[in-house]
Amino acid sequence: MGEIMTGARMVVEALKREGVEIVFGYPGGAIIDVYDELYKTPEIHHVLVRHEQGAAHAADGYARSTGKVGVAIATSGPGATNTVTGIATAYMDSIPIVVITGQVPTKLIGNDAFQEVDITGITRPITKHNFLVKRIEDLPRILKAAFYIARTGRPGPVLIDLPKDVQQAKGEFNYPEEIHLRSYNPTYEPHIKQIEKAYLLLEKAERPVFLVGGGVISSGAASEVRELAERLNLPVTMTLMGLGGFPGDHDQSLGMLGMHGTYYANMAVANCDVLLAVGARFDDRVTGKVDAFAPHAKIIHIDIDPSSIQKNVKVDVPIVADCKRALTRLLEVIKEVGKPKKYWKERFKDWWEQIEIWRRRYPLTYKEDPNYIKPQFVIEKLYELTKGEAIICTEVGQNQMWTAQYYKFKYPRTLISSGGLGTMGFGFPASIGAQMGNPGKLVIDIAGDGSIQMNIQELATAMDQKLPIKIIILNNGYLGMVRQWQELFYGKRYSAVKFATIPDFVKIAEAYGAVGMRITKPQEVEPTLKKILSMDKLVILDVIIAPEEGVFPMVPAGKATTEMILV
Amino acid sequence: MAERKCTLSVLVENTPGALARIAGLFSGRGFNIDSLCVAETLDPTLSHLTLVTRGDEQIIEQIIKQLRRLIDVYKVVDVTEEGDFVEREMALIKVRAEKENREEIYRICEIFRLKIVDVSPRTYIIEVTGDKDKLDAVIELLRPMGIKEIVRTGLIAMKREKKNP
Repeated sequence: MGEIMTGARMVVEALKREGVEIVFGYPGGAIIDVYDELYKTPEIHHVLVRHEQGAAHAADGYARSTGKVGVAIATSGPGATNTVTGIATAYMDSIPIVVITGQVPTKLIGNDAFQEVDITGITRPITKHNFLVKRIEDLPRILKAAFYIARTGRPGPVLIDLPKDVQQAKGEFNYPEEIHLRSYNPTYEPHIKQIEKAYLLLEKAERPVFLVGGGVISSGAASEVRELAERLNLPVTMTLMGLGGFPGDHDQSLGMLGMHGTYYANMAVANCDVLLAVGARFDDRVTGKVDAFAPHAKIIHIDIDPSSIQKNVKVDVPIVADCKRALTRLLEVIKEVGKPKKYWKERFKDWWEQIEIWRRRYPLTYKEDPNYIKPQFVIEKLYELTKGEAIICTEVGQNQMWTAQYYKFKYPRTLISSGGLGTMGFGFPASIGAQMGNPGKLVIDIAGDGSIQMNIQELATAMDQKLPIKIIILNNGYLGMVRQWQELFYGKRYSAVKFATIPDFVKIAEAYGAVGMRITKPQEVEPTLKKILSMDKLVILDVIIAPEEGVFPMVPAGKATTEMILV
Repeated sequence: MAERKCTLSVLVENTPGALARIAGLFSGRGFNIDSLCVAETLDPTLSHLTLVTRGDEQIIEQIIKQLRRLIDVYKVVDVTEEGDFVEREMALIKVRAEKENREEIYRICEIFRLKIVDVSPRTYIIEVTGDKDKLDAVIELLRPMGIKEIVRTGLIAMKREKKNP
């Protein structure tokens, strides 16, 4: 017999059993019972945000930076719909979060009651799974299933919609230790025959490339990636989500590929004969024109989600498995029957020479200008000063791409960025989650003057929690990425990309009790960065950058990745 | 790549929202549904769904994988790919049955072994069961008589057992 308790209490008990220490949320009428229980549960720290979207992004940032499941709580109706962008963001990047929403009492469901919305209907295509709890008897199992589904297989967001009467109803709390769902059985172990096939392809390869995606980070396979890359002497490129999955400062790293990838990464992929892709899903920003993507390559694709394989590109050796286990098996095969290290060193010598030619021909670069701060310079300096040891969150657009290009991410879970959905306004609330999950670590949000305004209200949340986040706004007075597209592809018709009013970010910081600073000259960059990095306070650094600086290289949308605009 | 018709046999958890999830998957990802038939199975916790769709091989592979990815989906079988299977559909056809054609309709029913399940002074309701070709043939023959209404169930399908085990 389990203990008899209310549904609301069950929620809190389940959070404790799942090891949840921090939740992000915003109360309201339909979730007030859960909040009443949180009030009595000091071991769970509730972070009161200023907008439910912030709660979902913070839970996401917490999950990305710690590898644990993030939890967000909101009320019914508008509270629930405000989490939608956050849920979709987590879904696109396979991030495990559990969102608990209040709902009107079951007898009012479908009645257009006050603050009623069909949130399970709305979030069905953007959750891994969701539940509307109708009976108190089902609640313990649903809570358990929600965490289990969120964290296992290809991770993702799960929503639990909890009507008010179910929160108040009493039932027996039988929390399952383990759960088995007959219709949900992710494949973790690879098919060994496929692993052997993959090895044989690599052994015969002359121009291989190792493509690392976000699955490497979620499965914790970075050390296996490194071991394999070093053993086989493979050039490694990463998707945006894969950055940090292999050290960006490693000799074998070619950096990011795709639309704003490096010249040499895109050239290597375009010319490779074997592409080993691990935990990447061949998004259109990575492949460009699909027919011209790695046209000479046999592709080995390891992914835990079978639907990611053969979705966008034709694969020669599909391997459905957890990335870490698949790479472990591959390494075992190599150790048992594989060629020695010398073989690979010799074999790919010519290939590496070619790559070095590409590297020298078009390294990542930008023109310095004595009158303007170049954003790339800011990121470079930030990398130098932090030695790659910070957790960097980004917003979306130019700020994100400059960060991806110029900050050499050394470790997994140090870049927190909305890759798939491309959510402006994500970075700052995500940095709150990241800082809550990593107290004592340096957490930085690289923002644009557009994105930061999308969730700027969360400054209050960060101040409440005394978080020393550093917000660096690369302020060009434009919605820069759209402006760049208009410049290049829309005849410089700058439609709706310049804000007539840009607030004084220094004053905004001060209004919230944070530190605000502004720099306008290149020589101010280094000393100011040094200064703010040493401060134990929330800082907004408004960096006025060259207004028309672009992100290059750039592959125009729909073009082959070799058709880069280099500038 | 060539398009083909594909009949999928899908077992899903008999939970609210499972059908909406499947329908939403098809609309959200731009897949086609030609017909859809749902009912309980012997095990009341599972529903069986026969779904007819079409697409090239890559699309059909994606449809099957995306279905399997849903937490509520227990099993997906591409019946058409497995080869030997039985397909049936039922239709109710309300046809004008005036003095001059009542006899002829009756004869058509005899030939096709159709059932007349309702008779009114001026109409019959005819029940027809068979594969799609039979239904189409019957409808074509009855059309000149004046069809007032047709309701079709959509296909259901089942794999045959091997004849020589």
